[in-house]
Amino acid sequence: MNNLILMPVIWPLLTGIILIFLVKQVRLQKIISMLSSLIAIGISVTVVYQVSQSGSGMLTLAVGSWQAPFGIIIVADMLASLLVLTTTVIGSAVLFYSFNAIGKEREQFYYYPVLQFLLVGVNGAFLTGDIFNLFVFFEVMLMASYVLLVLGGTKKQLRESLKYVIVNVLASAFFVITVAYLYSIVGTLNMAQVGERVAEVNQPGILSVIAISFLVVFGTKGAIFPLYFWLPGAYNAPPIPVMALLGALLTKVGIYSIFRTYTLIFYHDQSFTHTILGVLGLLTIIVGITGALAYWDVKKIIIYNVVIAVGVISFGISLMNVPALTGSIFYLIHDMLIKAALFLLIGIMIKVSGTSDLRKMGGLIQLYPAIAWTFFIAAISLAGIPPFSGFAGKLLILRGAVEAEAYFGLAIILLSSLMVLYSVFRIFMYGFWGKSNPSLSKVNVTKLFIPAVILVVLSVLYGLGTEEIYPYISQAVEILLSPEIYINAVLKE
Amino acid sequence: MKNDLILQTVTKVVVFIILLFSVSIFFGGHYSPGGGFVGGLLTAAAIVLLLLAYDIKTVAKLIPVDYKLVVATGLLISTLTVAGAMFFDVPMMTHAYQYFDIPILGHTSLHTAVLFDLGVYLVVVGVTMTIIQTIGEDE
Repeated sequence: MNNLILMPVIWPLLTGIILIFLVKQVRLQKIISMLSSLIAIGISVTVVYQVSQSGSGMLTLAVGSWQAPFGIIIVADMLASLLVLTTTVIGSAVLFYSFNAIGKEREQFYYYPVLQFLLVGVNGAFLTGDIFNLFVFFEVMLMASYVLLVLGGTKKQLRESLKYVIVNVLASAFFVITVAYLYSIVGTLNMAQVGERVAEVNQPGILSVIAISFLVVFGTKGAIFPLYFWLPGAYNAPPIPVMALLGALLTKVGIYSIFRTYTLIFYHDQSFTHTILGVLGLLTIIVGITGALAYWDVKKIIIYNVVIAVGVISFGISLMNVPALTGSIFYLIHDMLIKAALFLLIGIMIKVSGTSDLRKMGGLIQLYPAIAWTFFIAAISLAGIPPFSGFAGKLLILRGAVEAEAYFGLAIILLSSLMVLYSVFRIFMYGFWGKSNPSLSKVNVTKLFIPAVILVVLSVLYGLGTEEIYPYISQAVEILLSPEIYINAVLKE
Repeated sequence: MKNDLILQTVTKVVVFIILLFSVSIFFGGHYSPGGGFVGGLLTAAAIVLLLLAYDIKTVAKLIPVDYKLVVATGLLISTLTVAGAMFFDVPMMTHAYQYFDIPILGHTSLHTAVLFDLGVYLVVVGVTMTIIQTIGEDE
């Protein structure tokens, strides 16, 4: 019994509820959500610490005292708890950024409560050990994201959120149908027991069909080719802090679900399921690169970089060996941090230059040198230049590709890094260098800058501290590669 | 202005029957079909009937609550019930029950799941009424 591991879900939920009562007192809302998010960071750090100290490498909590497989089990293994910590940190940074960016109108219309509910959904999806519960937390997260997307009610937001809602409602319906199929075959919804039973029958054809159905569901949530089509429009519509939240967290929950299902349950027919995942991952990278190079709009460039990262991680998962999975997790956490940072930074760029079109920007480095060099560091971290955070992950994925003799994929990933570097450096060169627009005057953006800098500093530390973080990540990989540990910890306690 | 005398008179009687039925459904939830969700919907249905017979302002005067706060209260009750288990050193969401001898009701079992259901009930009433009121007030 370990109630602490449910706290990353209960705590923001409680905060969100209290914030509903204070919806008109914006100042009080800010203070409470700030304090609450600091405590939430403390909670998730403790969870990571306790998981790292636990004997079996993971902690479980049988909610309601109903033992597995009959009740819902909350499972905090290292992967889940690291992602919860990352989510909480990003949530707090975006929250601080929102204080000065979101505007009074949205603040008085439940912005802060809904932001907390989004964190409830994301953390819950990471921590649950029950596949239907995963669906429920997906919906909590999606409902909150619908509200965040449409809040403010501009024409563009209405149009894009309509598309987003339709796509996600369809995907959710498909999720339920897939869960129904799975339940009719294995007769359980507890992920550990599903894994155990699928292993008993050695995954016949019908279970591979279900595995692909799950790939379609999670691929739609996580924007894998050819199901990414809704993402560029939808992420372009909301204000910057919301964009950062969606870009950094939402697609990653889809990726995490693929991690879970493809390592714990459907790993017996890898030549079929994992090959499809790998090929789709590579196609996702190509599509992402095409988009990232095609646009002059800074938001669009970063949004397509989200797609590229999804492709890289999917490819890493599909290889299913130690270096590739380690690399994928490294890259996943790095990508969450750096994407949030980049969205916040381009938000500042758009605010100071009044446009998101690169061709109309220029010379920002003269007025804002600190922002420029922070962006520079974020950009080279994203591309994976050695001392920074993107490097270790990609290197390990490449090593995994060599081990699996997937040289084509290796070539695409290497090439994609170059293209990613080019796409973000285009922002740097056109936005920060060159002649500045003489009509621009200096705007004070320090308060917006601080959370962005914190995220960049964290990602730099993450890159420099690879050595210290490695044991945690290899603990996560150990469970991913030997699902018996997970199954035993959940079912045999 | 048309004359709604019959509708309004019937409503006055029927609303109480519906409300009683919703309470009965709510409390019977553990042993018979029903519970917080259906109970909440029935209560909302009673208020909707009032809205049909009278207008929004009259009903708002009759039941002077902010339904958004009703939702929040319901959530708070349910969440606290869930989290409260923590203080008894058992996993969250663990419920407890006990038999009590209560003056009028006699030998009755009281279960914390009812508190959770009360939260569900309030959320359902709050959400339904918020939706209907918001759409109704929209010009």
